Amino acid sequence: MVSFQQRDIISIRHFNKEEILYILDLAKRMEQMDHTEILKGKVLASLFFEPSTRTRLSFESSMKRLGGMVIGFAESGVSSAAKGESLSDSVKIVEGYCDIIVLRHYLEGSAQLAADVVKVPVINAGDGANQHPTQTFLDLYTIQKTKGTLEGLTIGFLGDLKYGRTVHSLAYALAYFGAEMYFISPPSLRLPGDFMEALKDRKVKCHENESLMGISKRLDVIYCTRIQKERFADPIEFEKVRGIYRLSKTMLEDVGIKDNLKVLHPLPRVDEMDDSLDATDFAVYFHQARNGVPMRKAILAAVLGAIA
Amino acid sequence: MKHLDVAAIKDGSVIDHIGSKSTLKVADILNIQNEEQVVLVGMNLTSKFLGKKGIIKIEGKIIDQKEANKIALIAPNATVNIIKDYEVVKKFKTVIPEMIEGMVKCFNPNCVSNHNNIKTKQHVVNKNPIRLQCHYCERIMSANDIVLI
Repeated sequence: MVSFQQRDIISIRHFNKEEILYILDLAKRMEQMDHTEILKGKVLASLFFEPSTRTRLSFESSMKRLGGMVIGFAESGVSSAAKGESLSDSVKIVEGYCDIIVLRHYLEGSAQLAADVVKVPVINAGDGANQHPTQTFLDLYTIQKTKGTLEGLTIGFLGDLKYGRTVHSLAYALAYFGAEMYFISPPSLRLPGDFMEALKDRKVKCHENESLMGISKRLDVIYCTRIQKERFADPIEFEKVRGIYRLSKTMLEDVGIKDNLKVLHPLPRVDEMDDSLDATDFAVYFHQARNGVPMRKAILAAVLGAIA
Repeated sequence: MKHLDVAAIKDGSVIDHIGSKSTLKVADILNIQNEEQVVLVGMNLTSKFLGKKGIIKIEGKIIDQKEANKIALIAPNATVNIIKDYEVVKKFKTVIPEMIEGMVKCFNPNCVSNHNNIKTKQHVVNKNPIRLQCHYCERIMSANDIVLI
């Protein structure tokens, strides 16, 4: 039987297909559920060593909507990390103040390290360029809701595929559902070789392209990502790829697309998606951001054992 | 009588069939610099299988399978012979363990293990060819990426 109780949510790799479908179903139930206080008396520690709007606020909103409380910080400058405290020490201290930890950190593997040293469950809210499993759950939920299925879709990942953790996690999860994947990026931002190899090991049909030309009509979903300035050590390298893709209504009509194409984006966007797309039926990214709440309510309730 | 390039030991362990270039690293992993008794190290010895091989003979020390497995990553063909009164009384091969701890530096500069004082850990996802997945950042290293600590 599937159970999320007291489980750390670190990486999508730790979940099988049955578990993914279970949490998607739970999110659907959460959307239909009226006001509830099933997490009354529980405390969530929200530790964000890196900036966030959607993830942090949707976790906090979810916890409060379920009757729980939230403590924490939204930038490392106001925590003891600024005084040189190690991550291990920080989470060991916070463990004594809460029932569950939500952690975002710029170093890859930080959530796993935290989970290894504390007893309360740890939820990874993004560790550098590695994983962002709760975003993946809500991305899958959005695709399932808007396409009606997760099975056998053709997905185009567009933008920063090298540093984009949401791409890495989502591609891994979609491999369970027989997806065919197109990775569209400039050469310098290609999916890392070890990720590509891992997908091919799982028999995923993978393609690498530099533009949507010639492939756009095959796509059921475009998963667009921001080219992340903050991940570039060299600003010159960033300038070379800045603004290289710009999805707009006209551009999509020009290259040719399926009528029922859906465009997702984990947001924030900068210049890779034009506002002209917002009013079209393709655009589901604001809906996707809203799905953060039912999904994170489902995760918090399941991990804290308030719902099965 | 067979000529020995490296003299025999009476009681102890002989690690044979080490890739020649890995010999000193094996010696380092086995911490032989702290041995009190005779230690003999040979490199660039002729080997039918490896072309050139290394050998380490440690008087007075019995290496068990667990300790031998620590060197499996860099000496996958090595064999350990336990010697008693100049005779081989036990012989076994090294086995790559499921988890490598404290031996390999993660190749990802942004991995938490390269920024905190913690023991590195890698899961062995494939033994031949070797592929290691960092326990923390999940990146997968192949043989060319492996740097020993």
